[in-house]
Formats: sequence, structure tokens, C-alpha cells
Amino acid sequence: METKQQNKAFTLILYFAIPFVLVLLYKYFNQNTASNYTATEASTSGDIALVQEVPDTVDYIFDVKPILSDRCYLCHGPDEGTREANLRLDTKAGAYAAIGANLDYFAIVPGDTIASVMANRINTTDLVKIMPPVDSNLSLNAYEKKVLTKWIAQGATWKDHWAFIVPEKSNIPKVANASLPVNEIDNFILIKLKQQNLTPSERASKEKLIRRVYFDLTGLPPTLEAVDAFLNDNNPNAYETVVDQLLASKSYGEHMTTNWLDIARYSDTHGYQDDLERVMWPWRDWVISAFNRNMPYDQFVKWQLAGDLMPDATLEQIVATGFNRNHKITQEGGVIDEEYRVEYVLDRTNTVSKSLLGLTMECAQCHDHKYDPISQKEYFSFYGFFNKVKEKGRMDYGEIPEPNIKITKAQTKELLNFINMPDSIPEVNLMVMRDDAPNRKTFVLKRGAYDAHGDEVNVGTPAAVLPFDNFEKNRLGLANWLFDDKNTLTARVAVNRLWQQIFGTGIVASTSDFGNQGALPSHPELLDWLAITFREEGWDMKKMIKRMVLSNTYQQTTKTTPEQLEIDPYNKWLARSSRHKLTAEMIRDNALAVSGLLIDKIGGPSVKPYQPKGLWAETTSGQGLTEYIMDTGDNLYRRSLYTFWKRTVPPPAMLTFDAATRNFCMVERQKTSTPLQALVMLNDPQLIEAASTLAADVLQGETISDEARVETIFRKITSRLPDASELENLVRFLNTSKAEYDETKIIVLENKDALIAKGITEDNLYGYSVLTSLIFNLDEAIVKG
Amino acid sequence: MEEITKHFLNNNRRQFLKKLGLGIGGLAAASMLDPFSSIVEAADSPLAGMNLPHFAPKAKRVIYLFQSGGPSQLELFDYKPLLTKMRGQELPDSVRKGQRLTGMTSGQDSFPLVGSHFNFKQYGESRAWVSDLMPFTAKIVDELCFVKSMHTEAINHDPAITFFQTGSQQAGRPSIGSWMSYGLGSLNENLPTFTVLLSRGTGRALAQPLYSRLWGNGFLSSLHQGVQFRSGKDPVLYLKDPEGMTRSERRKMLDHISELNAKQEQEFGDPEINSRIAQYEMAYRMQTSVPDTMDIEGEPDHILQMYGSDAAIPGTYAANCLLARRLVEKDVRFVQLYHMGWDQHDNLPAHIKKQAKDIDQATAALIMDLKQRGLLEDTLVVWGGEFGRTNYSQGTLTDTNYGRDHHPKCFTMFMAGGGVKPGFTYGETDDFGYNIVKDPVHVHDLQATMMHLMGVDHTKFTYKHQGRRFRLTDVAGHVVNDLIS
Repeated sequence: METKQQNKAFTLILYFAIPFVLVLLYKYFNQNTASNYTATEASTSGDIALVQEVPDTVDYIFDVKPILSDRCYLCHGPDEGTREANLRLDTKAGAYAAIGANLDYFAIVPGDTIASVMANRINTTDLVKIMPPVDSNLSLNAYEKKVLTKWIAQGATWKDHWAFIVPEKSNIPKVANASLPVNEIDNFILIKLKQQNLTPSERASKEKLIRRVYFDLTGLPPTLEAVDAFLNDNNPNAYETVVDQLLASKSYGEHMTTNWLDIARYSDTHGYQDDLERVMWPWRDWVISAFNRNMPYDQFVKWQLAGDLMPDATLEQIVATGFNRNHKITQEGGVIDEEYRVEYVLDRTNTVSKSLLGLTMECAQCHDHKYDPISQKEYFSFYGFFNKVKEKGRMDYGEIPEPNIKITKAQTKELLNFINMPDSIPEVNLMVMRDDAPNRKTFVLKRGAYDAHGDEVNVGTPAAVLPFDNFEKNRLGLANWLFDDKNTLTARVAVNRLWQQIFGTGIVASTSDFGNQGALPSHPELLDWLAITFREEGWDMKKMIKRMVLSNTYQQTTKTTPEQLEIDPYNKWLARSSRHKLTAEMIRDNALAVSGLLIDKIGGPSVKPYQPKGLWAETTSGQGLTEYIMDTGDNLYRRSLYTFWKRTVPPPAMLTFDAATRNFCMVERQKTSTPLQALVMLNDPQLIEAASTLAADVLQGETISDEARVETIFRKITSRLPDASELENLVRFLNTSKAEYDETKIIVLENKDALIAKGITEDNLYGYSVLTSLIFNLDEAIVKG
Repeated sequence: MEEITKHFLNNNRRQFLKKLGLGIGGLAAASMLDPFSSIVEAADSPLAGMNLPHFAPKAKRVIYLFQSGGPSQLELFDYKPLLTKMRGQELPDSVRKGQRLTGMTSGQDSFPLVGSHFNFKQYGESRAWVSDLMPFTAKIVDELCFVKSMHTEAINHDPAITFFQTGSQQAGRPSIGSWMSYGLGSLNENLPTFTVLLSRGTGRALAQPLYSRLWGNGFLSSLHQGVQFRSGKDPVLYLKDPEGMTRSERRKMLDHISELNAKQEQEFGDPEINSRIAQYEMAYRMQTSVPDTMDIEGEPDHILQMYGSDAAIPGTYAANCLLARRLVEKDVRFVQLYHMGWDQHDNLPAHIKKQAKDIDQATAALIMDLKQRGLLEDTLVVWGGEFGRTNYSQGTLTDTNYGRDHHPKCFTMFMAGGGVKPGFTYGETDDFGYNIVKDPVHVHDLQATMMHLMGVDHTKFTYKHQGRRFRLTDVAGHVVNDLIS
């Protein structure tokens, strides 16, 4: 048996090793072949897409514009400053206009590829004339040339960019097999599946499903009792009942807040240089409470953007504006004040446009946007909304930057009862928004430089989305503009982000970019249907999320067939569920929850759980937070959204699992797999402690067989029972680990002696602890289900 | 198992390689190698078609000795006798030309010029000027390529150091080591591609802080983040197994994990699982390879002596220099050191003396040690800080004491090995040591040149993020061909 094991492992290693060796050989060979270095003019996407077939009817939005935008707009796009030959291809008028000194020729003549200069210039072999020019480092491959040429031949039909057209609610598509859809989402998905020759997958097992929906709605695993109750509930509404319970639980608000903290670039420190501590957690408490109260999304956003400007603004509305004070603030001696004040206003501008509008407006800070219809003037008009705050660029040590409000203990008992103020803290000061510099003028900043004032501008928004007419000329007006029925982006961006949270990838995969360079929606009709429905239903977030998780689409198994992998490797069409990894927060919270260590307490100041020694000390200047002093007791076991976030030295295990850095707004995290993650899972003291605690807990329970105990541990961590071969594997490991026990082994348990006194043997404690650690390290332990 | 293997080979190998993330070889190379991947599929790799490296590299590896805080060029390499002659006189407006000042000296009503407290001499065949603070460096000037005309845009530490490391003053972009890891991949299969070593100087007790984002991956995959190697029991975070656990126990556990994970892969067909199995294997190898690298037991006495007495004290600059050599010896692509403490606003003469002593011998030793092992020719060593220091005194100038504020308009760096001209000095500053008069080298130019030496055209090596193609050098930078041998 042992030999067979080794053989298997060896085969596996060989399998990994061979490609490496081949790659190494290739690289070695490559580096010694001078001729390889001469061919540097390869296409940006290579000629390797040759085999792709040009569609019979070329679609401007789906086939043509992505190419024009990516390869042509840099010189023939919205930025007038760098426009060549007076040709712009991003507008219909520009694309069809006469060009040249005598206005006697055309880039595009619909239906006439001979007369169209564009067709000539992209297809020529003359390196002087070819477009894009050689020195741009951009090029078109054969497929792309064919698409553009065919589009002209077919009449060069123009359509405006989808995201700047007001969404329309289309009819729910009819599906042949009426038993398949549970709700409208499924209809839209099934129609596309059919077009792709894909069929939906079966429903996930109940264990998998309940685990998945628990993590997606609360960020925590189901308890065994919850799993059992669901398994035994044969009522057709059993699943919906679970969903309702989860949406009503306070963990829902905590989980939703975790996502919002990335967007809001929340942190417990100021972020630059000495990175001093700040108090923003009362704002975080407000967010948790707002989600749990199911505050409508429009209100949720309006308060955060402009709560202070609401008529008779309440203290709570003012607390909400802390959102726009979460940016970094410097205390570095010698900085030029205005340079940093401007930086903070830029940060707000970029945060709001990225998270709420899905626009990369920041690209228009130094010049007109290269790809989207956002001029530099419009950028600074938008910036103007956030430029009336009387704030300093450089804060002093010990200062709480203005504007801020004092929050007293008394207030937290009444008006602000969502703030979880510990008894030890009598009052806090929270940074908020206030337009107390109403006369400050806003200028275009040339090249984006703080001291290069250009023309003065009034507040405004990108006209391509919706002109800023008849709105109040302040942040409240902006907030109302965002939620105007004619705003083409806000609702789409919001439902898309919820979709990303539930399904892993947005319907528009580039959650932060709905512009010309962004991804096209995989299901445009569904996106618009959801967007309008969201608005019609009063921006009800719980209702929208419930719709998503109740869909059949959501409930499919993650089992992937080779065919699916070939046709749809990234699961764009959702013929299955994606097998999502737990986030950094979920990985730690899961371990705490299943081991019973998790402290079920909501809100309050951030806490300092386990962290390797010396990390703060080794980079500090001696000012501010010089040493990480780990908390004790309950604070070691709070949910991860409460972990103290020091921006210049964030909690390392969290970053290793792709948490956002919180230096600026992030709407989408990376999903990587790295060796450092393996090291955290194997050796993080918090996970080791959780493993030992869970092991001891099971050993203390009723006297049952090793098999039954292993089953319980496995089930707690993965939400399912191991099969016979898995159980055999694990029990075998348990037995060898027990046998390994001797006095050199360390059992990390505070109550070890008490356990031993109860008759639990040390070899059992050790063996089970190591076994539990193994199970925590299984791939399945860090995926949702 | 054969079945799984076959399944990998037929379906997932390309993706598997792509996600494997050990960084061995560029992704493009991996897909080209793979006879099973369809041509169209390969196109979705962002590196596909980029043909990295663009040309034969002169340097395969980099050791970047970052001197954090802004070392004074005027006390080390940029000899300005005029400042000594004009000591105490005001900086003429005709020289300052309206240059902005930091908030620390903008309020001063006087800007008294001050020359170096330390003497300068010329050394070697190249006749390079070096001050008495750097006796060991002085001995190896014929190996060094000095750039006396560095300039930057930032005048404060945080943005300036961020600019050098990421090409942007504001946080968010990948560090230069991450770019190299992403573009060129790993040369070894046991250690991270981009490693980071920190040390504290003795020249200023309250040194400028550092930030982990300086070696962050920005928008690149976190596979390319710099991995800090620390002195002490746990040289890489979470590397050490729990006390008492033996290697064979760990091996056994990983074997069980692999077997159980493989079963999951069989059931769910998720290629990500294979990637995780591989990551665990790499982690396991690192548990041996990292301590092996950190362990200098086997270094002979004459080598330790060469780096100086600090070399035996873990966590010092000298120890880190020795470690850097051991890392490049094992083909780590990019080794980033930071030495803190060069921010001498006041008490400069006393403080810079200690600070220079921290680094002088070990820097020279590192370069010569690389040379004697034949590693210098394809390892680029870079030495320098985030900006220079003013020619006038910050605070009161006394007979024995003065300070210097940040100065972005000119400062000195040097490089060695990796294809740069040895015994060469490039660029000139004016007699006041305030402005560049010949051959300015911008931060982006230095980055472009470093990349060029690594075989990368900085204008062609891009990463598309949120619709825009980003470069380390943003939209600027020129390769300084005169520096290249």
C-alpha cells in the first residue's frame, strides 16, 4: 500500500517536473538563439488568432469597436490633444467625415473598401503607411483586419456604445423546456446556453448548495445542525427558507460590508509614510447596520455621498459621509500642502466614478480620456463636487483631520445606536464631508499637476452618461444625478457588482470599466432587465440577491465536464457553477467558526489578532504605530473584517490571499494560487490553534469510533461526509500521526492539561490536531461548494 | 492516476501551466511548447505575442541596493570644492531658478551653502572622485558605472521611493521586481523570483519608514509580489512548520493532501486544483531551500571578513549583501535590498559617517564576490536612493555641523556588472551641485535602462489593466545607451 502511495506521488511529481524541464530547456535554447531576438515586431495579440472565423455579419459593438478602441483610439479617439490626421473613429460623425488637407478623402466609405483609406492603410504591407504605425507597438492580426474590412464592405453600420444608452427592459425570453427556469434569470441564461450548444448542469448536492449560499450571503460556513436541518427538510421551500434566514441574519450585513470596505478603501491608518492611526470604525458600523436594515441602494449611496447636504441632515446621514474620507492622508514633514489636498480630491473623484459609474475617469486627469468620451474638462468638473472641503494636505501628528464630528457615548445610545462604542471609549471623532470651503474655485489641472491651473470649471458630469442639467450644483445634485432614471450606468454597475459577488464574475466582466475598453456584457438583455428591475423594486438589495441565489443557474453543480471546459473554460455562459475559492476573510472566519473559536459580536473598534512578530517594528520610523501588540482574549477571534488594517504593513496572511491593499478603491480582487498561500494554510498559528481546538472538541464529545470522529471533523470543515476511500485515507493518516507522537511534539491548546486529566491521551490530541490541519488544507476546505 | 494524468494532458495542460504560477518561463513559451493547446486559446495569455525577452539580455539577475532616505551625493561622490569655498554664502537665485522646496526648508530665511565635511580623492584608472567616507568603494571604482546626473520629480520620501520602485508617485502599480518576475519568469524552481531584504542604518535613529507596497505586485498577479526574507527563525512568513513536526510528517501530510485533492479534481474537473497541488509542492521545497540559503555556516572566514564584521549579524546590511549573493547564486531573478537611515536633515556629518560605514565595505565586497564567482557579468547591481540632498544647510550652519534637505534635481547612483560600463562616470552637475549641466538621467530613464539590460524593451512590455496598457516607465523613459558596455 505504502509503495503504491509513493508511486502515485512520484507519478504526480514527474508530471509536474516534466513541463518545467521542457520550459527551462526551451528558455535556455531560446536565449542562445540570436535569431529569436530579431523578430520583435510581433502583433500585440499575435497572428495566432488566424483560425478564428470572421462572422457572417460583422457586428459593430461586438466585433468592430473593441478593435478600433484598443488599436486606433490612442491617436484617433476622444483625446483631441493627440489626435492624428484630424481623424476620430470614436464618433459616427468623425468616422465618416472627409479628411485630408483638401477634405477629399474618407477613412470609411460604407460599402466601399477600395475608397476607404482605413481599409487600405490597415491592409497594406508598406511599413511606412501601415496602420497602426510600427512605432506604436500596436498592430492588427489577420483576423482583426478581416473584421474591419468586412465591416466596411457590409456598409459600416454604426451603433453607439451600449453603456451610454439608457437600458431597456426586454421581454423575458421563452424557453422551450418550461421546467428548467426557476425565475427570470434562468430564462435569459438558458437562451444563451442554447446558442452556445451548452446545456445546464444538474442541481448541486444539498450539502454543496447550503455551503455555497452560506458563504455567499454571510461569509461563514453552515453549522452541522444547519446542514442536517436542510438535508432533512423535504419541503419544496426548504432552500428558500434557508435563504431568507441568511438574509435576515446579522452576518449578512457583516459580509456585505466586507465587500464595501474594498470599494471604500477603508483602513484604520492614514496610509502614507508614518501611517498614523485613525478612527473610522464608527462609519464601518454604520455600513453594517445599513446593510442589515436593507437600506435601499439609492439611499445607501446618497447618504454616503451627500448625507451632510440633505435637508435637515441627521447625525446618521453625516456619519455616512465618512465614505469619502477613507482616502489616505499624509503627515510627512515637508510635503507641499496643496499637492496632497489635491490628491485627496482626485481620490474621491476616482473612487466614485470607478465604483458607482464603472468608468475609468482617472484616465482623464492629465488629458482627455483616450478611449471614452470623457474630456479632461469634464473630469475636473466632476472633481469640483469634492473640492469644497476645508481640509489640509498635511496633517500633524496627533491631529484628527478636519472636517470631523464628535460622537459621544450618549449619542450612541440613541441617535447612533448602530455604533458599538466600548465602555472604555467615552467619545470619538469621525472624519466626515463638509463643504466648508464653498468659494474655492476649481480649475482644470494641466497634465494633472496640482500647481498648473488651467481654465476654471463649474461642477458637472460626463455628458455622454447624462448631462448635468437641472441638478443642484453640489454633491447632493450629483447623488440625484446618479439615480436619475436616465442615468445609463448606476443601476447596471450596481447589479453587475452584486452579480459578481454571487456568481464570481460580472455580466460585464470588467466590473470597474463599462467603457470602450471594458468587457462587453455576456448577457446584455439580462443586465438591463436586472438593472431596471432593481430600480423598479426600490433598489432593494436583499430582494435582488435573493433572486440571484434562488435561480436555477446559481444552484447548479460545479462539476465540470471536459466539453464545458473546452467550449467555455471561464464559465462565461454559466452551464455550471464556478468553483469559487473562499476569500481571505472567509478562510480565517471559516476556521474560527468550525472550531468554535469565533466570537459572535458585531461592530466596534478594530482588533489585532495573531500576526508574525516584528513586522511593524522592522519598517517603522519610531513614530506612530511602531509595534504590533497582539490583542488577547475575545479580540483574537473576531471576524476578519474587524482586523486592524495598517495600510503600509497590512495583515500578511490576508494579502497573501488576495485581499485588497486599501490604498485606493478596488471593486474586484485577484484570484490567485501561490506557494505562500500554502505556507499560511499549513503554518499560520491561528489555523493551527483552530485545528487543535476543533480536534479537542471532537475528542471531548461522546465516545465514538475514530471513523465517526474523522467524519465529524471533515464534515465541519467541508460541509459533507467523506466517502469510504477518503475516510480510509484520513484514518490511515490519523493512525500514523498518533504513532508519531512523542514528547518533542507541541500541542497548542490552553486547556491541554485539563483535557489530559479527563483521560484524553496526548497521542490522540496530537494525531487529531495534525489530521484536522490536513483537512483545513484540502482544496475543498477553501472553496465554497 | 494514469487517467488523471491523461485528462490533464488532453484538456488542461495549457491552463495548468498558466495557472501553475511557479513562473518558470514566460507564459508564451509555455503555450508554444504545449502541442495540445489550440492556437486560438494561447492568444488569451497577456504575455502571448510579447516575445519576451525582446533581445539578448546582458543581465539575467538584479541586485538593487536601495539606500532609503536620500543619501547625500555631496558627501559621497559628487565633489564640489566651490561649495567649500563659498561656505556660508547664500544660494544664488540664478542657481536655484525657482526650484520648489520642501515644507521643511521653505520657511528658512537663509540658504547657506555648505561643502562636504569629508575630503575627496580620485581613485583607480578611471580617476573617479570618492570621499573618505567610502574607502572600500573607492578601491573598486574601476568596476563601477557612476551616474551623477540622476533626477526625479518627487521631493518627499513616500512619493519619491514609490516612484523609483513602481514608476508612479502614487501607490498601486507593480514594483520593478514584480514586472521582471512577471515578464521574464523564474530561473529556479525552489525560491521566489523576487525577494526582499530589509536593514536598518545606524546613521539616523528615527529612519524613514518603509511600506510593503514598495515590493507589491500592484495589478499583476500576486505570484509576482516581492517575498521578504527576514532574519530570525521564520525567514519567510509562515515558512516554519509547527515545532516538533518532522519533515517526513509534513511530507506524508502533503502526500495525503495531494491524493485527496486529485480525487476532487477527478470529480469536479477543476484545473485550479492541480495548480494548488503544485503550489504545495513549491511551498514544501521552499521550506528547505530558504533556510539553506539563509544559513551562512558554510561560508568561509575570508568571505565573511570580506563583507565585514556585521556580515555575521543577521539582519544587517552586510549580512543582507551576503545573502543577496547567495540568492543570485541560486538564480533568484530580482533581489531588492533596502537600507534605511539616509535622511540626514540635521547632524549630517556625524550621522552620514555611521551610515556610510554600514554599507561601504559590504557593497564593495558584494560586487567583488560576484565578480570572483563569475556572476557579475550577468548580474546587475544598482546602488542609490530616492533623491539627493541640497547644497545649502538645513537649519543653522555651524563650524562643525549642518544638515541637508531633500533635493530632487540632481543626485548620484552607481551600477556594476550586468552589461554596464565599468570604470565609467556619466553626467555632470554644475559647480554648485544643484543643477545638472550634462546628460540628465530621469528615474524612468534608469528603469528603461535596467529593463534594456534585462533584454526588455520598456515601451513594448505592457500590461493591460482597466483598458489601459501600463508600463513601468509610464509614457516616458529613454534607454541611456552610453551606460551600456
